[in-house]
Amino acid sequence: MSAPPLQPTSAAEVQEAVRTHRRLLPRGGGSKPALSWPHEGQTVLDLSGLSGVLEYDPGEYVFVARAGTRLAEVEALLAQHGQYLPFDPPLVAQGATLGGTVAAGLSGPMRQRYGGVRDFILGVQFVDGEGQLVRGGGKVVKNAAGFDLPKLMVGSLGRLGILTEVAFKVFPAPKATATLLLDFPGLEGALEALYRLAGSPIELYALDLQPPGTLVLRLGGLPEALPARLEGLQAFLGRGGEPLSGEAETAYWRSLNELNLGEGALVKVALTARRIPALEQALGQAPRRYLSAGNLLYLAWNAELKALDTILQAQGLSGLVLKGATHRPQIGIDLGQVMGHKVTKALDPQGKFAQEPYAAQD
Amino acid sequence: MNPALTELERLFPPGRLLHKPGELVPYESDALTAFRARPLAVVLPESHAEVQAAVRWCAKHQIPYVARGSGTSLSGGSLPIDGGLLIGLNRMNRLLRLDPVERIAVVQPGFINLQVSNAAAPYGLYYAPDPSSQPVSTIGGNLAFNSGGAHCLKYGMTSNHVLAAKVVLPDGETVELGSESLENTGPDWLGLFAGSEGLLGIATEITLRLLPKPETYHTVLAAYDSLAKAGEAVAAVVASGLLPGAMEIMDSLAIEAAEAAVKAGYPLEARALLIVELEGETPQVEAEARYLEEVIQKSGAYEVRVARSNEERLKIWKGRKAAFSAVGRLSPDYIVQDGVVPRSRLGQALQAIEELSARYSLRVANVFHAGDGNLHPLILYNGRLEGELHRAEELAGEILKLCVALGGSITGEHGVGMEKKAYMTEMFREADLAAMQRIRLALDPQELANRGKMFPGETPAQSFHGAHPLEKAGVISRE
Ligand SMILES: Cc1cc2nc3c(=O)[nH]c(=O)nc-3n(C[C@H](O)[C@H](O)[C@H](O)COP(=O)(O)OP(=O)(O)OC[C@H]3O[C@@H](n4cnc5c(N)ncnc54)[C@H](O)[C@@H]3O)c2cc1C
Repeated sequence: MSAPPLQPTSAAEVQEAVRTHRRLLPRGGGSKPALSWPHEGQTVLDLSGLSGVLEYDPGEYVFVARAGTRLAEVEALLAQHGQYLPFDPPLVAQGATLGGTVAAGLSGPMRQRYGGVRDFILGVQFVDGEGQLVRGGGKVVKNAAGFDLPKLMVGSLGRLGILTEVAFKVFPAPKATATLLLDFPGLEGALEALYRLAGSPIELYALDLQPPGTLVLRLGGLPEALPARLEGLQAFLGRGGEPLSGEAETAYWRSLNELNLGEGALVKVALTARRIPALEQALGQAPRRYLSAGNLLYLAWNAELKALDTILQAQGLSGLVLKGATHRPQIGIDLGQVMGHKVTKALDPQGKFAQEPYAAQD
Repeated sequence: MNPALTELERLFPPGRLLHKPGELVPYESDALTAFRARPLAVVLPESHAEVQAAVRWCAKHQIPYVARGSGTSLSGGSLPIDGGLLIGLNRMNRLLRLDPVERIAVVQPGFINLQVSNAAAPYGLYYAPDPSSQPVSTIGGNLAFNSGGAHCLKYGMTSNHVLAAKVVLPDGETVELGSESLENTGPDWLGLFAGSEGLLGIATEITLRLLPKPETYHTVLAAYDSLAKAGEAVAAVVASGLLPGAMEIMDSLAIEAAEAAVKAGYPLEARALLIVELEGETPQVEAEARYLEEVIQKSGAYEVRVARSNEERLKIWKGRKAAFSAVGRLSPDYIVQDGVVPRSRLGQALQAIEELSARYSLRVANVFHAGDGNLHPLILYNGRLEGELHRAEELAGEILKLCVALGGSITGEHGVGMEKKAYMTEMFREADLAAMQRIRLALDPQELANRGKMFPGETPAQSFHGAHPLEKAGVISRE
């Protein structure tokens, strides 16, 4: 049996925990249970007590917060100043934290406009496998000093260190938004429109594909310019579609943020639009949605994960299970390579954060 | 002959292995010409396999090496190592693939930055990172230094536009980092490699993301009677919720120089000029322009010009882009600094730089990326005057410390290299640097790759050598 979770409230307590425990698994808000479900022998380090925004100056477009801070708290604070997290992290209402979002490397539909979590992280503080407190990056929007440890931590799944503090760049939120739903007779037509849009100067906040053939487009900007832009978009596509605005529009995207796609495991897949036709053949009935012009797929998988793993392998893709019963959240092709193995051992020489003890791996 | 060299001769034909003193001279320094070192030899590989062979040779003989693109590093990043190997990548300069539908370009490391946008232009696409050295600097060098440009605040640096890279690690192994997707499901190894200043390996193939060109630009030039007012205008633009593609400031010394050089038509008596550029869909830009006009009116600008045509826009930018080389005309030599401060501290930083300039009796011109707080003070000196280079270096160091003290960084885009490694301890604590060093040693236990750079340690003496040959020829200018 695993020991009860530890609940540090300071970076020093995290350091202490790392020094005194053999194997640890960090957990933020627990909104991605497949990533915070301990293996035999792992002690859970619950970071929800390491919470709070430490610095925020809207004029700098920068904030610094403890890693266990909930996204909901951050977003509410930013909204008071007309700003937002441009990478649009999912699972806000489910209690997702900043640290968990970074470690899982998760972004949402609006990443289409300015980029994902890796494009907005500026600084990190983390505890490495030897209990050292390490800082990388900085607190200004531009900085090229030293190795980019903040980016390295994106998608690190808690295996390179325990995040204790993060700094982010933020942007002014669009003052108004509008959404257009467009049904195409089939995948082919929808994909063709997706490619045309992605290669055009039309600046979309979201460019989603809801299979089999619906595109969901979100425009944002100044309210006085939106009607003309919406018309321009419709003219570009040669069809009117179904516009959403006001509360209905906000509610649509808020509900999508929960990623309640359907029964079963929730899985993220990294891909490009080129892979969609073959994948669509293989995925059957699994509820799913492609985000950001086909760069990101979230799907619900209500069958053996092994089967999905096989499909992804065959397509040359990698996936990450966020919710669902598995001890191996990384599925599809093996992303492991020698640089990764060596750097991991450099930051965690004893395998305190490894999925399996090092000896068992080799 | 050195037996190791004989072995190298079997790997590279005579024209692509240089070791006679005369052949080595052009490689002895980068754009920070105050540093100089003579490598044992230079090799000019033409393929991934040849890069790998060169690196393996270094590993076998424990000879340190430096990769080099166009050698435009301003921080001594591509300065060779005395007795080491220099691996020149300029011959690996092919565009391997341009896919306008997927909006991707795959290039060899020696491919020139500007040529990416040129190749993409027929498809309405461009490559966003635009360092002023873009007519000559290579994508490999840009990636190693995570280079920026005037459009970083909105679109990010090189690292935000590189999707994948094939890399020869310091032990000669090859890894593929990243993929064509913007997303990933594990640690961001490519993110770590970007900006690692040649310490973690050599990129031999790089996949870039291309963006559609904006529909419209709206470029405003505002003149102020004080630098402080221009700085406050930047803060006001930010506070208004606008997100311009670029916000640049020039001070009077820079204006004077730029005007003399390219006759951009700048108001000569201005103490500061602010350039703000909006870009995007036409209706949105038109609406933003109305807000911008209000903000600029209120900011106390005494003259405001809006570019009415593409020619007028390019003229405004021409002055800005030429400012650095133009400043060179005011002074025989200069050092470019690259510190970053929080935007709200811009006024304070500029004030302090002015005081330092007076204290050191050295003129300092300021041209900078105001939108992201990235200062580029140009310290003017005369290398032929006894002690001036040394005073200029000291002044440069004080500016770096000032930036850190104000909560910023010692480098926004030019990298640490040789020049700023002594200041790494101002920014990072021992444990931070130790972690970075452990990462480096895990991949390169002998410290062969770019030995002596980035990490604090001994810095060789600088001596006076004048401008970069390319600058002298007017091919590039510093920004
Ligand atoms: C006039 C002028 C203007 C400039 N303006 C800007 C600017 O606006 N913004 C900005 O950010 N910088 C600017 N710079 C700095 C410089 O141009 C950049 O750092 C550029 O990226 C260097 O490219 P390069 O090809 O010259 O690389 P080099 O100087 O040859 O190399 C730079 C570093 O990269 C490493 N390297 C080179 N190729 C590879 C590779 N394939 N794999 C791994 N490592 C490699 C080298 O070892 C070295 O450490 C300017 C420089 C000059 C001289």
